[in-house]
Formats: sequence, structure tokens, C-alpha cells
Amino acid sequence: MSDVILEMRNITKTFPGVKALNNVSFSVARGEIHALVGENGAGKSTLMKVLSGIYPYGSYQGEIYFQGKECRFRDITESEKVGLVIIHQELALIPFLSVAENLFLGNERAKNGIIDWNESISKTAELLERVGLQESPTTLITNMGVGKQQLVEIAKALAKEVKLLILDEPTASLNETDSEKLLELLLQFKEHGISSILISHKLSEVNKVADSITILRDGSTIETLDCRKDNITEDRIIRGMVGRDLTHRFPPREKKIGETIFEVRDWNVYHPIHEDRKVSSNVNITVRKGEVVGISGLMGAGRTELAMSIFGHAYGTRISGKAYRNGKEVDISTIDKAINNGIAYATEDRKAYGLVLIQEVKNNITLANLEEISTRQVINEPQEMRVTSEYRDKLNIKCSSIQQLALNLSGGNQQKVVLSKWLFASPEILILDEPTRGIDVGAKYEIYTIINRLASEGKGIILISSELPEILGVCDRIYVMRDGKVVGEMPASEASQEKVMKYIMTQQEVMEQ
Amino acid sequence: MKTLSTLFKNNVREYGMLIALIAVMAFFQVQTDGVLMKPVNITNLVLQNSYVITMAMGMLLIIITGWIDLSVGSVVAVIGALAGVLIVRYDVNWVLVVAISLLLGAAIGAFHGYFVAYLKIPAFIVTLAGMLIFRGLTIALLRGESVGPFPRGFQNISSGFIPDFFNGTLNDKPFHITTILIGVILSVLLIWLDARNRKNQQKYGFEVTPFYFFVVKNIGITAAVMGFCYLMASYKGLPNVLVLLFVLITFYSFITSSSVIGRRIYAMGGNEKAARLSGVNTPRLLFYTFINMGVLASLAGLIVAARLNSSTPNAGDGMELDVIAACFIGGASPMGGVGKVIGALVGAFLIGVLNNGMSIMGVGIDWQKVVKGVVLLLAVLFDVYNKNKNA
Repeated sequence: MSDVILEMRNITKTFPGVKALNNVSFSVARGEIHALVGENGAGKSTLMKVLSGIYPYGSYQGEIYFQGKECRFRDITESEKVGLVIIHQELALIPFLSVAENLFLGNERAKNGIIDWNESISKTAELLERVGLQESPTTLITNMGVGKQQLVEIAKALAKEVKLLILDEPTASLNETDSEKLLELLLQFKEHGISSILISHKLSEVNKVADSITILRDGSTIETLDCRKDNITEDRIIRGMVGRDLTHRFPPREKKIGETIFEVRDWNVYHPIHEDRKVSSNVNITVRKGEVVGISGLMGAGRTELAMSIFGHAYGTRISGKAYRNGKEVDISTIDKAINNGIAYATEDRKAYGLVLIQEVKNNITLANLEEISTRQVINEPQEMRVTSEYRDKLNIKCSSIQQLALNLSGGNQQKVVLSKWLFASPEILILDEPTRGIDVGAKYEIYTIINRLASEGKGIILISSELPEILGVCDRIYVMRDGKVVGEMPASEASQEKVMKYIMTQQEVMEQ
Repeated sequence: MKTLSTLFKNNVREYGMLIALIAVMAFFQVQTDGVLMKPVNITNLVLQNSYVITMAMGMLLIIITGWIDLSVGSVVAVIGALAGVLIVRYDVNWVLVVAISLLLGAAIGAFHGYFVAYLKIPAFIVTLAGMLIFRGLTIALLRGESVGPFPRGFQNISSGFIPDFFNGTLNDKPFHITTILIGVILSVLLIWLDARNRKNQQKYGFEVTPFYFFVVKNIGITAAVMGFCYLMASYKGLPNVLVLLFVLITFYSFITSSSVIGRRIYAMGGNEKAARLSGVNTPRLLFYTFINMGVLASLAGLIVAARLNSSTPNAGDGMELDVIAACFIGGASPMGGVGKVIGALVGAFLIGVLNNGMSIMGVGIDWQKVVKGVVLLLAVLFDVYNKNKNA
């Protein structure tokens, strides 16, 4: 047990003006799963970049020992050579190449520069078998879901004969079943002697698989907890992360629910490319004034597709069905019309769909409602600055100035910019798609507070989330979706994690009951 | 208060290019024994570059959307040819021909824009096709030969000067007082605008540059404007084209910095999907951007024809490269979402001064191309270096 595979000693890494890591020591025992947790900006990713050679030797202070030998990696290929493989949050696969081509990219099975396809493919099949992925080695990456892509990344690591696997937020974009599968896989690897470092915001997973947990806060190691000896609760971990007790993970709200303000009936949507595939079928959804309605379901259940099709037909073709606002039918066939009818949609993928990253915070906030700050097509800049400053203060966006680029904000603050943009468009119905994905505990709490405030101001909120505790903690009423259909509806007071899961997983049996 | 060094660091791109332009001008001024800054040469410089600058305004918007237009050189030729054929062969009134040409330019832009924005064909391909199509049509229209000359009124578009209302003289030589007056009015206006802007920024609690910098900057700008007007006044005054350019530059600076449509173009170029999901009708906006380019390219076509006093089959050949280079030298990003009018202007002048200076020095067209290529590469390298340093 005391056999240490990795030891990082007194690592200090400074960026101009900031000490990102301050004298951090971190060690991993052979054959254990070691979780690394901390709020965004605590230094987890920086530490892993130091470890894997992305920040080369010499750009930091301190020593790294891997399998007893001191390592001075100059780049990532050197760290991979000794069996240290990092899988990033954003997957690094090439979409239009096959699984086999991706697996051996940079590590091709070749003789004199000529690829041995037979060996590549049979070796790929073997690796896919090991990660439990049933796909042909010649399938293109672009035709696979995120969950499967994640497994391909892991197979790629195995191809490099990994000894220590580092996973940065591996389950951030996976649904519960895929996450489950991935964690199972880590446990299997552990039995075969492969150690892993797991960076995750999902504390339930950490609790489930980790043997030890190291908590980072503000660039320093706070503590290392041993899960084998003590029973570590999630609250215990959170306390370490934020340095205080978070008494409630979900802020309380006084409920004042009124009339139905928005409704869609018999909503049908077809896939934009495969036009005979139905992605939403006969969906009926209502939202009342001051109500937070949750939509739960697996990834691929059609939640985002439903939301985007309601938001000005931004997704799908052959959309049919009616939408009513305050009892009157409304036309929401373009995004412009949807916005004018008081609907807003904050996307699940803020970097790709939510923000213009290379532009200033203020430009992002006003983008959806430029009319409000302009007269006759001319922008009134002083007014723009005033309103964006207001939102910065109201939503507590941490930025050096409203003229800072969105690119340079942390995930939680970027999310608040997206929210500000939609609040500035003053909608009545706000669809929030995975608003807390990939952001830390403290920022999540702030987002929940904002949701509560909006609800108490009388807005109707639709919350799409893959995290069941979040759905249960925040919503008043819950819809469950599966295969493009609404398969269950219940008030939050009657819902439990088990009950929702049952709807998600075993639709047929529930229907028969 | 911002210190000068942080100010410089934040605007290193703009100041860097301006310094490069001044350095290049100083170099040629010495190398050509002062010919570069002679009033007659300055006038030439403006006239030679007027079409590049005109089209750079449109190209900049296209590049900001993340696309490119390779057809502008051929559009210059086809519009020139059409104007030539209508005016010279069919004796149509030149004012009417100008109107027809601009409309046709809009139609050509709409043609490109439709394929790019609505049929989703990459602009590189659409405008490459347009480049071939319109060059071919030019040769067909002109039946392979030059057409000219043009009536005086049409020629004056590019070779005329604004009239002097005072018939002034200086040291017994004619001196264009109106030009000096325009210079004074412009200087006062620029100082007033800058002061107002500074006051507004202070009012909203933004950091502003130190007051002495404000003073030095405005003295510099005023000196440049007045010096330029003095040079022009001692020759024939301000060329008509320069007035046209001034109007265009002011208009597009305003569009890019303060209008809703400009803001949306930047947003679309920065992240098309996010802009669309924020309610921006991105295909329509892209379509308009191409129409705008078509109109400006046809305007440039008229200026070229008026300046050469004939329509030639190879007018505008390779001009798209100078225009695109001007935008990139001026800091526009090929990825879209980034670029400023003032940058494209400095880029166009840099290329213009290089062309002009090397021609006076007697450098052959071969080496001129090499030098321009190297400058383009260095400018973009400078960008990338800065970006990496800041990241």
C-alpha cells in the first residue's frame, strides 16, 4: 500500500502576477484511484499540466518522481513515454477519422512509414473490448456519442501502455449510465494495477470510487483524505473545498406559483438530417408563473432538442405543434419571434453556443437585446456600460472590467454572463439547459440563488439538468423525458432520485403498471 | 490612471502598425531624396490607393464575418468595362451610368452573398468562381480591347480637385485656401470628439489616459492633418477622391464601432452559432455584407476607369490581393470577429507607400511583390507573437 507511483514535491508555478500553485505536494500510491477536488481556479488543471509536461521542466519549481525516478518532462510525449496519460475535459479526437486511426494517431502501427491496417484494426478491436465498447474499429468518431468517445480516449491511453491515467472531468458531459460505466472501468483498471487521478466536480462519483482524496484550494494542498479508513461524506469534502460549511447546497425559496404562462401542445420535431427520425413526439409541457420546472432524462433523450426547437425552431425540421403564452397562441417560428414573445434559452454549451468568447463581457451581455440600448440603430455606449455594470454587480460576475474578454473568465462567471444576456432580454420564460455544468460548488450555489430570485419575480423557468440532486433540489415540478417523449411528470415533493431513475430507465414497466 | 506603458501594451497592434508606417515613410523620404512627400506625389499616392482603401472598407466587414471575397478585382474590371461600353459606345449620360454601375455592383454582391449565406457554399469557392466569371465577362464586353476616352465629368471622379472659393496665393503661387479651412474644421472636430469621448469615459469611471498624453496625441493628430492639408493646398488642393474616401472611412468607422449592425457583424464573426441563438438573423446579415462589398467594388471600378481614362480588360488584376493584404496587415483575423477600419486603412497606406516608394526608387515589379509578401507575413507574425505573449 505504501508503494508510491507518483510523488510531486513542493510544486510552485507562477503566472505573471498570480501564484497558481504554491508549494503543492501530492502523491499517488500504486493501484489506487486518487481524486483531486477543488473549486474552479484552485489549481487542479495547472497541477496536472505541470505533471504531464504541458508546462515543461524549468517553468515551475519543485520535483516530480514517477516510479521512484525523478522526471523532467519537456513536453507531453515525454510523459506519455513513461506511461503517464492525461485525458482532457475537451476530447482530443479527430471527428472524421475512424476509431482505429484515432487510437494510433502519433503512435501508428507501421513499418517504414506504411501503416499495417490489419494489425491496427485487430489491436483496436482488442482495446475496445477491454474498455467494453461495442463498436467497429472503422466507425468514424463523428458518428459516436460523447460517452463512447470518452471510452475511445481511454482505449487510446491503454494503447500507450498507461501506468497512471489522469482524467480531467471525464463525466462532465456524460449521462448517469455512461458515467457509471466509466467509473466501473476505472475500478477494473485498478485491479490490473493501473492507477488513476480523477478530477471531478461530481462528489458522489468521487465518493464512490476514490481511495483517497486530495483537496486543493487557492493553489495549495489543504488535506488528503483516506477513504479506506474513514467514512468521508460529501459535506466533509465540500467543507474542505470552500473552507467553510455549506449548510444548504440548494438555497431555500418562498414559493409563489401562479397561472400557467407558457404551454406547448402536441409538439413534434424531426431530426434535421435524418428527416424520418422523430426527436420529439407529442410533447405537452406547461410552465406556471413563478414555477421552476425540471426536465430530467438521459443524454440523447431529446431534452436539448425539445428546448431548442421551442426556442424559435433553432433545431430540427418539420416542427409541428402549438405554443401558448398566457393562453393565447403565439408564433415562435424564428429565434427573433421567440425572443419577442418572451422566451429565452441559455444553452448547455456556453463556449460553442452561448458566448462570443473573443469579445468583451459587455458586448456579450447586450447581444440579444441591442434594441434596448440603441436609438435608430446607433448604440448608446454610456448606457450600455451602465446596464452591463448593473448586471455585473447583480449577478456578482468576477471580472477585472466589463471590457474584459469573455474568454478570460472562469466557467462559473462565463455562465453568469450567459444568464445576464438572457435576463437583459427580459424574458418571461427562461429555459436553462445544464446551467451548472462544469462549474464549482460555490458558483453553483450562486446560480441556484439567481434561479430562485427569477422565480420569485414571477418568471417561469424550465431547468434541464442531468444531475438528479439538482433537479430535486431546485424544481417545483419535474418532467421525465425518454426517446423524445415525456414519460413522467410529478411534483418535486413526491419525487425521489429512485423514482425519477425508474421512469428514466424502465419506461415500459412503468407504463404497464 | 493608466500608465503609458500599459496603454501601449493594450494597443500595441495599432501603435505598432502606425509606427511601422511612419518608419517606412521616413525611409522612402530619405531614399527618394524627398520626392515621396512632395505635394504632387502625395496626391498621386492618394489617387493610386483610393480603390484599395475603398474596397478595404467592404473587405474588412467580410473578413470580420470570417469569410473572404476573391472576386473584387474582377468586379472592378467588369464594372469599368460596362461603364466604358455604355458611355463610349452607346453615349449614355455618365451620371446615369454611375447609378447603373452601383446597382449592378449590388446585384453582383447579392449573387455571391446568396450562394454563401443561403446555400452555404464557402465564400472562397463562390468568389473564386465569381473572379473567373466576371473577368471573362469583362473581356467579352470589351471584345479584348480598351475602350475610352471618357467625358471630363466622369474623369473628374478620380482626377478632379475640389474648387477653391478664395483664389488664394502664397508667395505668388496659387494656394488652396479652402483646403486649409477644411483642415482647420476637421482638426477642431477631431479634438472635440476625443475630448467628449474622454469625458464620457471618466463619467462612467473608466480608466483614461493621462491628460498630457491626451494633449500630445491631439497635437500630433492636428499637426498631421494640417501638415497634410498644407502640402495639398500648395499643389491643387484636395482631390475629389480624397473627399469621397473621407466620407467612406467616417461612415464605416461609425458602422463598425457604434451601430447595431456592426456589433452584430462582429458577433457573427466571433461565434456564428451564439449570434444566431441570440436572435441575429445571420444569413441575412452575411448576405448584406456581400452586397455592401459589391457596391464598394463597383465604386472602385468606376474610380479606376476614370483614373485610367479608359476601360481595359486587365483592370483590377490582382487588386484583390492588395485589398486582402491591407486588412490582414491592419490586424484583421482570418478566423473572423476581429478587425478595425483604422487598421485596414493603415494597412492600405503601408502597401501604398511601399508600392509608390519602391516605384520612385526604380525597384522592379518583381522585387516589389517579394517585399509586399514579406511585409504581410511579418505583420501577421507580429500578431501571433503578441497573442502568445498575452496568453
